[in-house]
Amino acid sequence: MHNEALTWSFAVRGPGWPMLVSAQIPHSPRFFTADTSERRGVRTVEKVGTIYRGGQGQWAFAAHRISGALVFFFLMAHILDTALVGFGPKFYNRVVGVYHNPVIRLMEIGLAGAVLFHALNGLRIMAIDFFPKASDRQRELLGFVIGLFMVLFAPAVFFMGRELLHSL
Amino acid sequence: MAVAERARPATKRPPGGSDINLWTWFFMRISGIVLLFLVLGHFTIVHLMGGGINRVNFAFVSGRWSSPFWQTWDWTMLFLGMLHGANGMKVIIDDYVRRPGARVALKSTLYVMTFVLILLGTLIILTFDPTKGRSAVLGGIAG
Repeated sequence: MHNEALTWSFAVRGPGWPMLVSAQIPHSPRFFTADTSERRGVRTVEKVGTIYRGGQGQWAFAAHRISGALVFFFLMAHILDTALVGFGPKFYNRVVGVYHNPVIRLMEIGLAGAVLFHALNGLRIMAIDFFPKASDRQRELLGFVIGLFMVLFAPAVFFMGRELLHSL
Repeated sequence: MAVAERARPATKRPPGGSDINLWTWFFMRISGIVLLFLVLGHFTIVHLMGGGINRVNFAFVSGRWSSPFWQTWDWTMLFLGMLHGANGMKVIIDDYVRRPGARVALKSTLYVMTFVLILLGTLIILTFDPTKGRSAVLGGIAG
């Protein structure tokens, strides 16, 4: 089971763009991705390993997955609590009061960070996917993502942090 | 981001064919762009402006859902968010869960929960009756 080959597929710019390219990657580690290079308009799998070979890009990859999973779990809870609106004020007002708890407010700030990072890094992923030149500059793009994240997250922390302090 | 898949022979895949992975790849990017605006807009309006969640209660949501604009906004977020998130979780399960039984169990749970939550959310948002203060379809069950 652990020695089976992995198939790596991704869409690329090519004849009849977009086309799907697949590659067999034997004995892949769990935390893997494939290196790509531009060749006659088609990105080909060149080397088995990690696309970022460790470093910042690998952390961004992990952070994208973790933030995405966290936001998804919150979304499921949020659909359930908001669904109570359909059953009248009594149930919803009781449950939504939980969000006014200071600890939950702290988690709200964390949720904002997770959503914002996932959104901005998603733009970076799309830039890498759609513009071959962007993949050569993924590290600069990540710097841009982190910079923009800090600029946008600061006012969010200010507004939510202010309400958090008032709630104490 | 590339989509990883396990144990499928690459040679059998038609080049440029109508593989479902290609469409989910597109869906993740298109829904991602739409969600970027909807979710960040939602967060700014509901969580940051006007005192944030302090003012969020039944009257607040009821007032918003009197408007088809916000109903459409919220429903689109619910629908795209659940599909985008469920597909992301599927990729994570495929990548890290190696035992076939556990994969089937986790993915089945994921798909059932996704279906139930989309159905529940859709029913509540689309059938919400602000004059009655509850869902016209489901509101009577626990009222």
